[in-house]
Amino acid sequence: MADFRPGTPDQEEFLRELLGAGYLIESGVPGVYGRGEAFERVRLGFDAKVTAASEEESPEHMVFPPLLPRRQMEDVGYLQSFPHLACTVFSFDGDEEQAAEQEHRAAAHEDWSDFQEMTDLVLKPAACYPVYPAIAARGPLAPGGVLVDAGGTYVFRHEPSGDPARLQAFHQREIVRIGEPETVVEWRNRWRDRSLELLRSVGLDAVPDVASDPFFGRSGRLLARSQRAQELKFEVLVQIAGPEPTAVASFNYHQDHFSAVYGLEMAADDGGDTTAHTACLGFGLERITLALVRTHGLDQEGWPAAVLAELGI
Amino acid sequence: MKEQIREVIREHGRLAVDVDTLADDADLYQAGMTSHASVNVMIALEDSFDIEFLDSMLKRSVFESVDSIAAALTEVGVPA
Repeated sequence: MADFRPGTPDQEEFLRELLGAGYLIESGVPGVYGRGEAFERVRLGFDAKVTAASEEESPEHMVFPPLLPRRQMEDVGYLQSFPHLACTVFSFDGDEEQAAEQEHRAAAHEDWSDFQEMTDLVLKPAACYPVYPAIAARGPLAPGGVLVDAGGTYVFRHEPSGDPARLQAFHQREIVRIGEPETVVEWRNRWRDRSLELLRSVGLDAVPDVASDPFFGRSGRLLARSQRAQELKFEVLVQIAGPEPTAVASFNYHQDHFSAVYGLEMAADDGGDTTAHTACLGFGLERITLALVRTHGLDQEGWPAAVLAELGI
Repeated sequence: MKEQIREVIREHGRLAVDVDTLADDADLYQAGMTSHASVNVMIALEDSFDIEFLDSMLKRSVFESVDSIAAALTEVGVPA
C-alpha cells in the first residue's frame, strides 16, 4: 500500500479547521472525506460557473460513472505512467466455506485478500478517459471536431496524505476537445487564459505555469521532462496551504496519444494526415473550494459580496 | 554499438518508418517515436547494454537520434 505522506504543519492545521467548521467530514482514511453543506455550496457554485463559461461553445454533455472498464485503463497506458496511483476493483470469488473464512478474517481486521479476484472494473482516475472511446465509436469526425463537457465526476488516486488539498477521491470538472491539431491547441491555450479570469473573478490569486504529470519511477522522469520540454501541460496554481502553490486546474495537450489507442480520425478531405488530436482541461473542484476558504476565511457570511454573487451563493 | 541501438529502436521505437532508412543523426521523434515509446527504448537499451542511464540523461534530447543515444552510452562506459 502507498505510504501515507504527512502534511506540513499548516496543511494539517488547515485540515483541522475544515473538519472543525464542518466543511469536511472525517472518514478515518486520510484523503477521503465527506463534504458538509458549506463545502458543497462553494463547489457546486464554481462548477456552475464552468458550465456557464463553456456553454457558449455549445459542448455535447456526457456523464460517466466513477468506474472505468479495466480494459480502458490498460489500453491508454495508465499502468506505465501511473501504476502507483491506480485503484483496481476486486471482488469475492469462492465457495461458502471461503466466504465464511473471509468474514472471519475481515471481522478481526486481518488480511482477507486471498479470497478476492480482479474484476473488469477500476476506479476512474481521470474524468475524460471514457470520452475518447465513446467518440471514436462514431467513426471519422467532421471538420472542427467535437467538444465534450464530461461534467464534474469523482475520480480516484491512491495517494493518502495529510494535505487536505491532496485527496484520494475528488471531483474533476473536465472538458474535452478532439479535432485537428491546430484547433485543439488553440482551444487549450484559450481556455488556459479563460480559467485565469474565472478563478480571479472569485478572488483567487491564480498564476499559470508549465507542468508535468506525476509519472512513476525513472522512466517517469523521462516522460515528465519530455512533457515539459514540449509544453504539453499547463497548470493554474493558487496558494492554499504548504510551502508552494497548489495546482487547481490543468490544460493538457495529448497530441495523438488517445487517437493512436482508439483510432480517432478526422474525415479525409485532402488526402493528408487525418489523425485527430485531443486535449482536455480539468478543474479540481475540491482544491478550488479549499483555495476559496483559505483566501476568504471559514465564515462564508464574511466573504466579499462580489465573490458570493459570482458563486451564486 | 550503433547496430545494437538500431536493433532496440526497431523493436521498441514504434517508428512510422524502417529505422534502417534513417541516418544516425535523424530525429526519431519526427520519425514517429512517441514519448511512451521512448521510455520502452530507454528501458530496452539499459537491458541490452547492461547499463543504467544517469538521472540527468533521462530527458527527451538524449533519445532523439542514434547518435545522441550512442553519445550517452559512451558516457556511461559502453565501448564505442
